[in-house]
Amino acid sequence: MTTSNERHVLVIFPHPDDEAFGVSGTIAMHTSSGTPVTYACLTLGEMGRNLGNPPFATRESLPLIRKDELKKAAEAIGITDLRMMGLRDKTLEFEDDDQMVQLVSDLISECNPSLIISFYPGYSVHPDHEATARAVVRAVKKMKKEDRPTLHCVAFSNGHEEHIGNADVVHSISPFANQKMAALRAHISQTAWMLKDLEETLVNGDQPDAAVKFFTEQFWTVDVDQLEV
Amino acid sequence: MKPITIEEVQPLINQFAKQPVYIHLETTNGAYASHFDQSFFSASAYIRNANVTYEHGKIIGEGPFRAGLKIEIGWVYAEGLTHFELDQEGRLLLAGHGFDGKLAVALEISKTPFE
Repeated sequence: MTTSNERHVLVIFPHPDDEAFGVSGTIAMHTSSGTPVTYACLTLGEMGRNLGNPPFATRESLPLIRKDELKKAAEAIGITDLRMMGLRDKTLEFEDDDQMVQLVSDLISECNPSLIISFYPGYSVHPDHEATARAVVRAVKKMKKEDRPTLHCVAFSNGHEEHIGNADVVHSISPFANQKMAALRAHISQTAWMLKDLEETLVNGDQPDAAVKFFTEQFWTVDVDQLEV
Repeated sequence: MKPITIEEVQPLINQFAKQPVYIHLETTNGAYASHFDQSFFSASAYIRNANVTYEHGKIIGEGPFRAGLKIEIGWVYAEGLTHFELDQEGRLLLAGHGFDGKLAVALEISKTPFE
């Protein structure tokens, strides 16, 4: 387990729950060691398809439910600075590119992070993830080299390792497994489908790969100068 | 939301006819469909706050249901509708939830703009 030496961590993702799956253990690691973490969540996941079966939410009530879930998840992993940025799910790639970059630049100026965590452009599947990733990379690129924070990216598209190799930052988050599970539980409207399987997997240990995936969070350190976005 | 019956929903559709209303219409297979199944062709469409006036609207089928709204020079249409609700703000929400329970289609009608 690496101890966090970060001054401030800025996490930027588009959807409530993006932080829970692959990053919440890492966030808990930082907050536990007293590092301030700002989480800028760009949308409220208004267009999510999980509304319960039978449905407990509607297209119109979902945003409020997810807002509440997001607050609970943030609390579970010790985030005290949660920013809901007010953009709309599934529209980010259609937003004005300069405004998207400005949004990220403003967050960087204000938080002065030593580390940013976001998605890896080109390898993060969802159009909102990609749009977020591009804006982050562009904003960091605009900074003077010596002022740039470290950028850790999450990648999970099919075959991504063939292109970008293995992750260079691997956190074993076992000490923070409870917080991670609490974050996943907080997003129950979106995670009910997978939580039961996950809990069984962790108890029975019958699917080692799934357990490793839960207890290990991995990132690619990105040199923005090497990326064309 | 409740499972749709034509007896309950048709009168609600009628309530919004012949006056300017705001429409939310979407179809979606989820942004991850092609990620999980590369042979799946992902397609969706979405329009929010289209301001239209429909002459008449109809819901038909044996479940899942289809709904069509005849507007002055065209149509609004949705297929695969399973559930409905007249929400607290008096908006008619129609939704189609797939076999996996996830939202696949939505058609919503409101007298005031959606947020």
